[in-house]
Amino acid sequence: MFWINIISGIVIIGILGFFGIRELITDPVYFLELVLGGLTRGSIYALIALGYTMVYGIIQLINFAHGEIYMIGAMTSLIVASVLGLWGWNSAVIVILAFVFAIVYSCAYGFTVEKIAYKPLRTAPRLSALISAIGMSLFLQNYVMLAQTPEFMPYESLIPDYNFWEPYAHIMTSVELTIIITTIVVMILLGMLIKFTRIGKAMRATAQDKVMSSLVGINVNKVISTTFVVGSATAAIGGVLIACHVGQINFMIGFLAGLKAFIAAVLGGIGSVPGAVLGSLVLGISESFFTGYFWSEYEDVFAFTILVVILIFRPSGILGRKETEKV
Amino acid sequence: MEPILNVKNLTMNFGGLKALDGIDIVIEKGQIAALIGPNGAGKTTFFNCITGIYEPSEGKVEITPPGKSTQGLKGLKPNHVTEKGLARTFQNIRLFEGMTVLENVMIGRHCRLNAGIFGALVQPPSQKNEEKKCVADSYEVLEKIGLEKYVNEKAINLPYGAQRRLEIARALATNPFLLLLDEPAAGMNPQETKELDDLIIWLRDNEDLTILLIEHDMKLVMSLSDRIHVVDYGKKIAEGTPEEVKSNPQVIKAYLGDESEDA
Amino acid sequence: MVTKKEIKQSFWIALWFMVLTFPIMVIRVNTIKNIIVWRWTNILWIGIAGFFASLVWNYLLRLKEEKKKSDTKEDIPFVHRLLQNDRFRTPFLAAIAIFFIIYPFAFPMYHTSIMISALVYVMLGLGLNIVVGLAGLLDLGYVAFYCVGAYTYALLNLHFGISFWLVLPISAVFGAMAGTLLGYPVLRLRGDYLAIVTLGFGEIIRIVMENWDELGNGPRGIGNIPPPSFFNFELNQHQNVIYIYFIVIALVLFTIFFVNRLENSRIGRAWIALRDDEIACQAMGIDKFKTKLTAFALGATWASLGGVVFAAKTSFINPMSFTIFESIAILCVVVIGGMGSAIGVIAGALVLILVPEYLRAMAEYRMLVFGALQVIVMVFKPEGLIQSVRKIYKFEKVEE
Repeated sequence: MFWINIISGIVIIGILGFFGIRELITDPVYFLELVLGGLTRGSIYALIALGYTMVYGIIQLINFAHGEIYMIGAMTSLIVASVLGLWGWNSAVIVILAFVFAIVYSCAYGFTVEKIAYKPLRTAPRLSALISAIGMSLFLQNYVMLAQTPEFMPYESLIPDYNFWEPYAHIMTSVELTIIITTIVVMILLGMLIKFTRIGKAMRATAQDKVMSSLVGINVNKVISTTFVVGSATAAIGGVLIACHVGQINFMIGFLAGLKAFIAAVLGGIGSVPGAVLGSLVLGISESFFTGYFWSEYEDVFAFTILVVILIFRPSGILGRKETEKV
Repeated sequence: MEPILNVKNLTMNFGGLKALDGIDIVIEKGQIAALIGPNGAGKTTFFNCITGIYEPSEGKVEITPPGKSTQGLKGLKPNHVTEKGLARTFQNIRLFEGMTVLENVMIGRHCRLNAGIFGALVQPPSQKNEEKKCVADSYEVLEKIGLEKYVNEKAINLPYGAQRRLEIARALATNPFLLLLDEPAAGMNPQETKELDDLIIWLRDNEDLTILLIEHDMKLVMSLSDRIHVVDYGKKIAEGTPEEVKSNPQVIKAYLGDESEDA
Repeated sequence: MVTKKEIKQSFWIALWFMVLTFPIMVIRVNTIKNIIVWRWTNILWIGIAGFFASLVWNYLLRLKEEKKKSDTKEDIPFVHRLLQNDRFRTPFLAAIAIFFIIYPFAFPMYHTSIMISALVYVMLGLGLNIVVGLAGLLDLGYVAFYCVGAYTYALLNLHFGISFWLVLPISAVFGAMAGTLLGYPVLRLRGDYLAIVTLGFGEIIRIVMENWDELGNGPRGIGNIPPPSFFNFELNQHQNVIYIYFIVIALVLFTIFFVNRLENSRIGRAWIALRDDEIACQAMGIDKFKTKLTAFALGATWASLGGVVFAAKTSFINPMSFTIFESIAILCVVVIGGMGSAIGVIAGALVLILVPEYLRAMAEYRMLVFGALQVIVMVFKPEGLIQSVRKIYKFEKVEE
């Protein structure tokens, strides 16, 4: 099995590499655009996928409502930015406040969702929690739709065009640059949080064994809440950035983005933080190539196909570890 | 006596950890054998390896069902192992909670029946009889174990001791020749343990069963077993009659010294 | 009994919700016209609702805890008691039968038409109940098989003129095949991945139908799908609706009969056992994979049959009828009605589909309520509105 993996890996990389090099030689600028576009896309996926993978790592639940948290982040930033804009505030202040509100509100929603829909079901069968998560996702979508509007709302980018970036803007916009840089910074911060802080250590311990962690004095409820809050925060950043990039949002944006991010998390190995980042980048870039060179209508089909293939041939993902069920 | 289960050099690695390290065990027909050892010695892992829940990293597992030729078990799925005639219970009770007691036992009959969807829908006479026989057989098993008064009760509502006995009933319904009991007396009171003791002996004498059990209750093990195998840190350290094991210095060192703690 | 502490807590929770929902509930921005509408009354309602919801929530949680501790026998739902009682069973069933027989004649066509949709949901719900309720497999792409059935009828009829009655068995076979094909690779995975993969599959089918113009006319869909033929008679529109109504009733009865027999058969028991404990199930000699696959394929078959009826009823289908929300609505029917409980699913389908149809004011809030109900049911009453009751076996004294 080990050798089959290695050989199939080499074959796939070989084929992809051949076509990649061919395309690179024929049209390098287009190729580069696709790579950068894929990186941008992958960065957004990564910001969302982190929440999935962290929550899954700790309570083994696919948090279906996570995409909605991301949507609520984007929506809050839109509302705050519009209100402050009409009040005529300074644009730099607006940017900061929009981000802050988006993050704070997403965290609050993430926290509340966990308390309502998942905490009472922690000892219940997995199916119950999963159904509850789907219900929550449906509820939040419709809540935003009814309270706001079912239509797409134009979103004025919060991120200005940087002057220094002017010469390269035709390949990659300022927004895209911001997205990639922000993602890198967030990843580094998050990595430090998990690796070095007390709460990060508690998170890792809880992911390993909840009962044991509570015995050594870790407040498991607090750790789980923190996980939701941290995941929501990164999702909110992703939400605001993607809204700037795409230029319009509605209540449904969380659905597909959430799914894609989940696929990315599975691709990288669910439960693994570096895996989520790697999986997101791989998914983003390969999607970008697929739509760029093949059919753009089937973009989502491609992502799901990747999911199915990964789950069949390597369910533990690129970086995930195989788990054995305890008896 | 003929060997009924022959395990050679059974090894199980979890990552770098050797949960089982070259275990050899032979169980003979009609024996009540016990597998003992301190907590975490690898007893349940041993069961899981034999019954196909884990695939052992190395070693051989062979069975010789009465009247049949010797065959290997390694690599078989759990359901196929059960079909071959090995049945087990679980240390942490794993009953089907949403079902009644009778239905739990009927699940045990599953692999000995063959009704399919078509049979369920059309219910030709052969299927009807099969179903009737299944109900009757399951009820009979319950009577043997002494649970008939709970027939239509939901499994989850049973008292603890009865749940443990239901696990045995369910395993028995699969028509095994070798019964593997994982801590059948755990959590039972002395009275219940006494009844269990009688039940196990009765099963061996009247049902033509061979029994291998994991147990921490030393009194039960010593009074019940014909042969005891001791494991520690995944290795077999001793084997013999209860008297031999009791006086084995290695066992005392590894295990019986802590008897008060475990019993 | 409400303590002072609880009131205080509820007050803070209400405040929390007021802050939480503030931007989305109060402010409505119109980014095109640059207008902001402040809806201050909303926050008041949120506060009041939050306060009482929190009180009720805590009360229900406490009730649930107490119920867990006390060893009282669970009560059998009213409907089941009615059905178990020999005196009431016949009149009860007769009343239901009479109601459904007169229904299309007593009410205008519009109502019959709505009832047909509800009954199609009953069928779909019972089919999904096999997969989710009995076998415990969360299928979020159920609508894909519904889509397969609908397009099977539409296309076979369009190109080959095959009639409704012939398509019915063909679509059942197609549905079973589609279920097996998808289930084969996917059912080996752990449970929660199944949810995502089926969800993905449902979306794939829809996207393919939307983009593949040659096959199903893309988003424009296929129209003029003929209603079922009634020997060689020409039926007018009203008669047709009544005719379809009775076809659906017959199919629902067949489904109930089928599900009822399955539930208490060897296969049905294996499904429930699998749902309760996979490992113990395997140790009892049940082939996990094969058993799951049967449930999955059978569920798909039912969805496919439902699709044929749907296509025949609406006479027009396009991919928009087969979105993920359709799958989730069917899932709601099963979950809220009672997973594994046929009677619960039937009641759930009728209530959840009929109520929003008649309370137009509520229709908008349909999905919101569905979502909330899913969470509430899972938290407080995972067995659903009408829980399933296992068959009681009777034994005479066995002679020794």
